[in-house]
Amino acid sequence: MSAPFTVIHAGHAATGEPAPRTPTQVPHRGGTANPSAARLQAQFPQFYERHEVIWGDTTVYVRPEAILDVVRWLHDDAGEQYDYLVDVTAVEYRDVEHPLEVVWHLRSLPFRRFLRLKAQLPKGTPLRVPSVWPVYRGADWLERECFDMFGISFEGHPDLRRILMWEQYREGYPLRKDFPLRGRFSRAEQLRQALSQNPEAKYSMEELTIADAFEDLPQDMRQRLAGGERTGE
Amino acid sequence: MGLAPRPDARVASRAAGDATNDLVSYDPASQEGWITTRLDMLVNWGRANSLWPMPFGTACCAIEFMASAAARFDLARFGMERMSFSPRQADVLICAGRVPFKLAPVIRRIYQQMPQPKWVISMGACASSGGMFDNYAVVQGIDTIIPVDVYVPGCPPRPEGLMYGIMMLQEKVKRERMSDTSLRDELDPDPASNLYIPPAVIDELSEPFGNSVHQTRSGL
Ligand code: SF4
Repeated sequence: MSAPFTVIHAGHAATGEPAPRTPTQVPHRGGTANPSAARLQAQFPQFYERHEVIWGDTTVYVRPEAILDVVRWLHDDAGEQYDYLVDVTAVEYRDVEHPLEVVWHLRSLPFRRFLRLKAQLPKGTPLRVPSVWPVYRGADWLERECFDMFGISFEGHPDLRRILMWEQYREGYPLRKDFPLRGRFSRAEQLRQALSQNPEAKYSMEELTIADAFEDLPQDMRQRLAGGERTGE
Repeated sequence: MGLAPRPDARVASRAAGDATNDLVSYDPASQEGWITTRLDMLVNWGRANSLWPMPFGTACCAIEFMASAAARFDLARFGMERMSFSPRQADVLICAGRVPFKLAPVIRRIYQQMPQPKWVISMGACASSGGMFDNYAVVQGIDTIIPVDVYVPGCPPRPEGLMYGIMMLQEKVKRERMSDTSLRDELDPDPASNLYIPPAVIDELSEPFGNSVHQTRSGL
């Protein structure tokens, strides 16, 4: 099932560059941008918004609808090879005018580069952004967490549901600024709802179907799984 | 039948001069090694000194709990060295750390799986009251889910603190009466039971002190 893995030696594609050293003086703003930013701009001029360099890290703002294409290009292009998705997260600012930002942290091991992509989602519009799961399988849980905490739906994600809060959680998205610290319901109601969860409903049927144990499951359970039934609903 | 008589015991057979039948006499007057006690006391003594803990460690308090179990503080002195990571073989549930709402049904299930008699120690501020985590995710005290026998304050409690709590629990165990079956009543969501906490009381108990009570709740 699993492909034989290739050993990547960090920096093997960055021939001719000096050996990396711990920087001693990094300006807060400005400095040399990651060369990927300029190539990205040339490749996707219609989706590229701007870039900035903060504390030596380059942040590229792109149009949200293009994120999958941008990420796929960054992953596949021989001159970029961003093969590691570090994180997918989001930021909401106190300023009500400021749009929500979805953030992708990418790292290119062969070129020893770090790139931060941001897509801005204006408030008051449906929070939708394409999933990067087709390129990075590791985005699965990261996007689920982001969905759970911010309510951003990642389109094309195979199994977008809550991951930290339980699936029947009804109070909203906890990391949104309009979410009250103690939740929306009274403590008693929160407790009642929490206790009415089924602790066994931990795995979705999808998770069970992709598990290695699938072949070992009882026949009737396999049939139910194949029929698309899910636990704990 | 091979109990050795006390050296000064008047053994009936020896008095009769029969060396082949040198056994313990059952005659109370023979002053041999008999103890009379209440069954309660004997059972409680046994229970109190062989409590098997079920560690439910969810956060930083669990680190301190591990320290209590390790060599320097040595929980084994109290007969508690046998950590039971299965609730079916446990006597005392030690909840060390905060319990998020997602874990609430789990800890209740674990409590229900433990055989009677069973006790619960709530270790630390978080388990006892939610501690500093007065937020949407954390249960405001595990006593809103399961009955608690001993609360150990502290953030985290030092191992001495936990041991003091354990010794208090031992005191409590030693004072139980087998005739009092109400001690063994299971937690019952039935509103008629004594352990039932009405929602209004839960709300009231879990309100923080100070004037920020309704500041962030349900205002939107
Ligand atoms: S009481 Fe303090 S040490 Fe214990 S779990 Fe809570 S925060 Fe951690």
